Amino acid sequence: MLSPEIRDKYTVVIGLEVHAQLLTKSKMYAPDSTEYGALPNTHISPITLGHPGTLPKVNKRAVEFAVKMGLACGSEITRHNIFARKNYFYPDLPKGYQITQDKGPICIGGEVHIKAKDGLERSVKLTRIHMEEDAGKSMHLAGEVDTLVDFNRAGVPLIEIVSEPDIRSSEEAYAYLVEIKKLVRYLDICDGNMEEGSLRCDANVSVMLNGAKEFGKKVEVKNMNSFRNVQRAIEFEVERQITAIENGESIASETRTFDATTGTTASMRSKEDLNDYRYFPEPDLSPVVISDEWLEAIRAEMPSLPHALYTKFTKTFGLPEYDAQVLTDSKEIALYFEELCGLTDNYKAASNWMMGPVKSYLNELTLSIDEFPIRPKGIADLIALVDAGSVNFSVASQKVYPEILKNPSASPLKVAESLNLIQESDASSLQPIIDQVLAAHPDKVAAYKAGKTGLMGMFMGQVMKESKGKADPKVATQLLEKALS
Amino acid sequence: MKIDKNTIQKIAHLSRLEFDAQGEQKMIDSMTQILDWVEKLDELDTEGIEPLTTMSSEVNVLRADEVKPPLPHDKGLKNAPQKDSDYFRVPKVLE
Repeated sequence: MLSPEIRDKYTVVIGLEVHAQLLTKSKMYAPDSTEYGALPNTHISPITLGHPGTLPKVNKRAVEFAVKMGLACGSEITRHNIFARKNYFYPDLPKGYQITQDKGPICIGGEVHIKAKDGLERSVKLTRIHMEEDAGKSMHLAGEVDTLVDFNRAGVPLIEIVSEPDIRSSEEAYAYLVEIKKLVRYLDICDGNMEEGSLRCDANVSVMLNGAKEFGKKVEVKNMNSFRNVQRAIEFEVERQITAIENGESIASETRTFDATTGTTASMRSKEDLNDYRYFPEPDLSPVVISDEWLEAIRAEMPSLPHALYTKFTKTFGLPEYDAQVLTDSKEIALYFEELCGLTDNYKAASNWMMGPVKSYLNELTLSIDEFPIRPKGIADLIALVDAGSVNFSVASQKVYPEILKNPSASPLKVAESLNLIQESDASSLQPIIDQVLAAHPDKVAAYKAGKTGLMGMFMGQVMKESKGKADPKVATQLLEKALS
Repeated sequence: MKIDKNTIQKIAHLSRLEFDAQGEQKMIDSMTQILDWVEKLDELDTEGIEPLTTMSSEVNVLRADEVKPPLPHDKGLKNAPQKDSDYFRVPKVLE
């Protein structure tokens, strides 16, 4: 382990390349299905298999998805798009080239807002986002003499999101990936599942002495299948590079692969580095031109985005940052909450209901909010019931709410009435109970008056017991204080 | 333009091709010939002309995101030099 003094001498420079599989029904350049988990080599076509004489044709939806991501990140959208061939020879690439974009990616620049470790917000600049196709899947099974190839995935649309070398720690890299995942899920363009490979990340990592003018030699790390592993791989790589430099060694610019079982990275075979992709314009595809009308139509389909909702929840609704963070984690929760806030003015109570009773019900049954039986109106009625002083929050959440879950169309007020839960906030009907409790405990009354004010809790307990839990605590406290003064 | 030995070996590696010394010389000769022929284009002045990327002047030849019936599994595998009932088989690429 490096000592903090040595580590602090260095600045860490990280850029991430994230591949996101787009949620289209068909492939990027061919009409085969993109559905995951089919039998091997059943989602194939002559185009996917790279047969001579076949021609690719661009999936319109995939273009729109790429534009959406660019709009969400504030990128400049390229209006005249051409495609390029990236040539390399590998069995999972039937054509011998990948159709991608080289010069003139569909989205240029932009930024992703992240929460840094100190809780402050900062933005990570993007270089570009471009469209491309996935490769097939090769399996190198132990005990097999051959490599087995499945082309179901070949041609599935991808966007590659390339960040500037703008990330300064493994924690920031993690936060960045969390935001990318949130964005693609809000936009409904990718399911964001890194374990299943629908989101993939390569990390470019280098270190340099603080204040250095030039970045250190860059190492590309591959093969991380979770956000946590990206963080671990970067941590290992930073440590390895600083140690090497401290020992007077130089860093080789190379590609390394991460091993999740050991938490280390290892150099990949150098022959891979001999690759020369010989990009050139794809002559089989005509340009994709995004007109003003088309761009506006895509913009009109954009949902509210997490960052905008977060700002709305903290600024307009006045919620604590923590609440806003939790409530914007998923689009569905955020939109439910937004609807709820249109039906009540008590935003903090609405947030408490969402983060408490609603979330615990969903967690318990592992449901998503779309499957939640109560509409926002029902929760708003529960809040109104508490705000009117008819029941307190614990009665509302523990007694009324379970009934509404069973019968979502029922009115919370009616339920509270039928269960005889409406609290007694009428002074004239509470006063006899107060009098009765005080008369039954003359010794405690005397002690209270002599200064043992801690006995208030005991009196309240008795009042609650006598009223069968229905006394409004606020009113009861006032009456007790008056009677004992 | 004369193709040298280094270039031909690099291209051979990228295309995963192997040939002996005689074959190499033949390859150098014919590639040099091809490039010489293409070099004729240098006689034209292309100053200020945008590179041509497609032969047609069409734009936005797009496809709606619809799934069409796939190539049947057995037909897809039919011409593969090596296969089993599920997969294309190729010589092992990883040790």
